[in-house]
Amino acid sequence: MSEALKVEDLSVHYDTREGALQALRDVSITVPEGGIVGVVGESGCGKSTLINALLQLLPENATIPAGRITLQGEDVTRAGTRRLRQMRGQEISVVFQDPMTSLNPVLSIGRQMRDIQYRQQGSRAAKDSRSAAMLGRVGIPDPVGKLAAYPHELSGGMRQRVAIAMAALMRPRVLIADEPTTALDATLEVQIIELLKELQQEIGCAILFISHHLGVIAELCDRVVVMYAGVAVEEGPVADVFLRPGHPYTIKLIECDPGKLKEKVTDLPSIPGSLPDLTDPPAGCIFRPRCDRATEICATPPPRKGLNGAHWAACHHAKVDKA
Amino acid sequence: MSAFRHTLMGRLLADPLAVFAMAIIALLVVSALLADVIAPHDPSAMNLADRFASPSATYWMGTDNLGRDTFSRLLQGGRIALYVALTAVSIAGLIGLILGMLAGFGPRWLDNALLFFFDTLRAYPTIILALALAALMPRGLGTVIIVVVITSFAEYGRVVRTQTLSLKNAEFILAERAMGASFARIVFHHILPNVLGPFFILAAMNLPVVITIEAGMSFLGIGVPPGTPSWGATLKDGFDYIRTTPWILLSGGLPLILATLGFTFLGEALRDQLDPRLRKTR
Amino acid sequence: MLRYTFQRIVLALAIVFFAISALYTVMITLPGDPTTVLLGPRATAEIRADFRERMGLDNPIHVQIAHFWGRILSGDMGTDFNRNRPVADSVFSALPHTVALVFGAIFWSASLGILLGAFSADNRGSWLDRISGVLSVAFIAAPSFVVALYSLLVFSVWLRWFPTIGAGEPGDIMSRLYHLALPSFAIGLAWVGYVARIVRASMLEALGENYIRTARAFGLPRRTVIYNYALRVAILPAVQVLGVGIGGMLSSAVFAEIVFSRPGLGSLIYDSVSGRNYPVVMGAMLVAIGFFVTCALIADLINAALDPRHRSQR
Repeated sequence: MSEALKVEDLSVHYDTREGALQALRDVSITVPEGGIVGVVGESGCGKSTLINALLQLLPENATIPAGRITLQGEDVTRAGTRRLRQMRGQEISVVFQDPMTSLNPVLSIGRQMRDIQYRQQGSRAAKDSRSAAMLGRVGIPDPVGKLAAYPHELSGGMRQRVAIAMAALMRPRVLIADEPTTALDATLEVQIIELLKELQQEIGCAILFISHHLGVIAELCDRVVVMYAGVAVEEGPVADVFLRPGHPYTIKLIECDPGKLKEKVTDLPSIPGSLPDLTDPPAGCIFRPRCDRATEICATPPPRKGLNGAHWAACHHAKVDKA
Repeated sequence: MSAFRHTLMGRLLADPLAVFAMAIIALLVVSALLADVIAPHDPSAMNLADRFASPSATYWMGTDNLGRDTFSRLLQGGRIALYVALTAVSIAGLIGLILGMLAGFGPRWLDNALLFFFDTLRAYPTIILALALAALMPRGLGTVIIVVVITSFAEYGRVVRTQTLSLKNAEFILAERAMGASFARIVFHHILPNVLGPFFILAAMNLPVVITIEAGMSFLGIGVPPGTPSWGATLKDGFDYIRTTPWILLSGGLPLILATLGFTFLGEALRDQLDPRLRKTR
Repeated sequence: MLRYTFQRIVLALAIVFFAISALYTVMITLPGDPTTVLLGPRATAEIRADFRERMGLDNPIHVQIAHFWGRILSGDMGTDFNRNRPVADSVFSALPHTVALVFGAIFWSASLGILLGAFSADNRGSWLDRISGVLSVAFIAAPSFVVALYSLLVFSVWLRWFPTIGAGEPGDIMSRLYHLALPSFAIGLAWVGYVARIVRASMLEALGENYIRTARAFGLPRRTVIYNYALRVAILPAVQVLGVGIGGMLSSAVFAEIVFSRPGLGSLIYDSVSGRNYPVVMGAMLVAIGFFVTCALIADLINAALDPRHRSQR
């Protein structure tokens, strides 16, 4: 199977006054053609750095000391500005987290969708009808009329559909979804997930779905990568990772998922401790300071232990699956 | 408090523009205070033999149509400019402070009435109002100060009102009130110290504006009484003889530009240091 | 939007009403004998007595103000006794010159200011950005009448590139613009600074917004992103600043008109004050304040129309 998107041993550092902040360390993610891969982790795990790196939109103080990002066989870290701009929106596109702020407030929706097609030949009317068709496809009523609307005139759910329509407009090969349902309520969330699934089938694109919401990942994805403090700590098929987690962090994450709670509690459970200082990360396992299973050996870098088939966890103490 | 002042001064000294501004202001203040000592000539002494003298060793910036030494007159002009600016800004600031706090603390109708009052005052273009009032009032520095106060206190009022309103319902003040603190205690211990930062920044930014208004009114002949060596009056003399003796005009504008630049740059630096949030256009 | 427009118009009318009424009150009470104010110093005792009777000057002040507005609304602004014609004629023949001057200044400040501000934001942190920052503050600080005087001296008297006096030949657009260029530049220079600063600041703010990231994520050209997506948002506050700035520009226009010997509201008021021609002062003030408030109102409404987000803010 060929890969739509492949991230190999990617590290990203930010230059700060306190020194190099290691936002990503040796992260590898593979998204096969037409596959849906989830990335799960709390805020601060490096999700937005990952997205910015994929799009090559990192801020000026960021450097990529190691690693490769290949989009359909082409290394984007080596691509020129011109080629990058060509890829963005056409071959790889993104649905951002907050539809309130990710659409330009002073331009009409039609104008913003037309601008995305600026490389296309064809009249303005042809572009508009293409936009309207896509708006209709994502379930927006009166799509032609909505072209003249401004983002603030739509509800949150509608805005997110517009954002999805924009991302799908050029039929990209890879679609990144950055917590696209976080700002929405539960019923809308289900609808948006269904919509993404349908579009993925129609366009045949691969999806990299980034979320802190385990339930959504389980619902949508084939595989999942668990990230903590800029490091991928576990990866595998969704069912394996969620049912038989191998890394202590994944176990905690699943325990703390509010969706899993069976009874009413006054305080939501959370993992004790806080994220490590990434300008001076702890030696060995990154999770060691917060891990209740940590022993002396954890001060050395943990190996990637294969658990069962393609399921692995980066932990000295992970046990191989018996199943 | 002293540590705070120390660090503020330290930070200002690290900013080359602020140092430049403070140097200019120091020069202006010293030359205004010592004008009588420094001045090579009596600023009002007419020397008809030396009318329209070009700049020379005797008359550094030449003389005007009555043979008065331009340099000595500009030194005196600095005094007038600083006097008017400090007086007018103090009065306007005090009125604005009181009205702004009243609007912030008072009942809603009073707040609305005062806001409308401020908006109405802002509708008068300063110099045009100055001309209209000058038609009714005697020529003199008092008129200049009154015009400046009328056209500027509303701005202080607005800033103080906004600041008071945002503080009035802050948690630490509600807590104080719940513990039975008196109104005066709240105003003097909490509101006032917090209002003063933006207030002084505005005052610093207003000084060059007031200096310009005084010079402008004197240029139009509705400011200082005739014969008084204001910068504006010198500029008027220079304008009248622009073709024959341009140095009067050139040297007359110099201290005014230096003063406004100095105060503006200092105000900017103060604002950057004290309140980066206040970065607006004026 | 309709409700908002209505509210703003009512507020603007109320402001003009109170501002003018207050000024009128001061005018007729301060100098002692209001007939001097309204008739001029040359009127005889009989004319004064007759006028006092006819105008009801012995009535209480609020009645007089009501009468004053009654006359204004019926189109009677009094008599310009220096030129022996209605005040309205004097004022409205001067107004277009001042309006041209102010809009010339807005043209200078908007075009140069937006250019400078957008350029600075685009090259943030570079030495060009720093120079433009210092220049902007210097422009703001420089007194406009000194700028007018110095540019008159340098460009008109010494270099002879521009005319020294007048507003140009009536009917000849090129001559008018030629005469307008320097004085409107002198007024506009300070506002170049204001506009550049505010455009730079709001542009930097806009460039950090998520929708700019979206635009870049979709591969839009850098030029489109900066000068179309970000600048469009960044211009909004500049419109407001210029609208409110018209008050300041009217003040500067007085100097520009006197320095460049141009006709206009400013020089009309100036001449009338020296001649104690109070009805003209009053009429010109009314028109100047009305013009300013109208412009601020229009800027406000344009802003609301351009920014679809908060049309009912403030």
